[in-house]
Amino acid sequence: MALARLLVPPTARRGEAVEVRLLIQHPMETGFRREADGRAVPMNVVNTLVCRYAEREVLRAELGSGVSANPYFAFWIRAESTGDVTVEWVDDAGERGSVKAVLTVP
Amino acid sequence: MSRLFLLLALLPSWLLAGEPARPSPTLPGTHFLGDDLRALQADDFANPGMLWVARGEEYWMQPPASGAKACAGCHGPAAESMKGAASRYPRHDPVLGRVVNLDGRIDACNRRHQAGEGFAPNSPMALALGAFVAHQSRGSPMAVSIEGPARATFERGRALFGTRIGQLNLACRHCHDANWGKTLLAEPISQGQPTGWPAYRLDWQSLGSLQRRLRACFSGVRAEPPAYGSDDLVALELFLAWRARGLPVEAPAVRR
Repeated sequence: MALARLLVPPTARRGEAVEVRLLIQHPMETGFRREADGRAVPMNVVNTLVCRYAEREVLRAELGSGVSANPYFAFWIRAESTGDVTVEWVDDAGERGSVKAVLTVP
Repeated sequence: MSRLFLLLALLPSWLLAGEPARPSPTLPGTHFLGDDLRALQADDFANPGMLWVARGEEYWMQPPASGAKACAGCHGPAAESMKGAASRYPRHDPVLGRVVNLDGRIDACNRRHQAGEGFAPNSPMALALGAFVAHQSRGSPMAVSIEGPARATFERGRALFGTRIGQLNLACRHCHDANWGKTLLAEPISQGQPTGWPAYRLDWQSLGSLQRRLRACFSGVRAEPPAYGSDDLVALELFLAWRARGLPVEAPAVRR
């Protein structure tokens, strides 16, 4: 069960740059750790992260084992029209997660 | 005579007073963090511990599968009913007949009123609910009771705090009373104040309970850690909570 928090200002003026903040709960297993009995813990990281704003892709990130557990992202987008800000991601185990917020541009 | 006086002056004051001295001034673990981690803890969005708080809140609102009432069904909004709860635990529970910490009390509530099976220590749900409930007490000054039935547990915790353990043959007080503020390898030694727990510990890349942290200290001095929920750990928690009296709760904190 993927849990994430997404923070986008509820409203913004047209042309204004707004900060998008995202926190995902994920172990980000590097593949280098071993259990107490010696078995390797398989690598499982969020490998792709995509943010869309008003149906348009505004950010795509490819992540690797160097990113910490429960990763935090912050980036800026330019407010143009009222629309959904959605972030979707997929990890090495194939589990998908998504989170959505609405940005209103009056 | 003057020599005897000098000897008395050199004795730790807690030996003379019969009551252990507290570190003075009392400083929370946050004081011993760098600026970056302090900023991370203070930011309620970026603080990773808030992920567990959010999950705990979901559970608080949602009736369990057993058909029993949700936590909110009895307790109402946690912001009111649970305010200050974390500052009063561990405390003696008359039904269980022993001192329990906040996690133990939540576990007992689940068994008693939600027909649940309780929550395994340090399981995701135990941490989430523990973090959510403790978060409601943010800012409340620690004020546990050590009178009456809690007294024996408190004395046990106090004795443990001063007992040498492990291959390194150290007691808690050797670091956290006598040497706080100094550096151990690359880390400053804190006073061992428990006000930030459950906390997100970077070393674990996860939220963890105070008992997990205490067990890590046992391993650190190469002693055998007591089991989760054992009387020893609860007694230590009670002593630490008493020792931190007056310090505000700051869960979920961020720790190294």
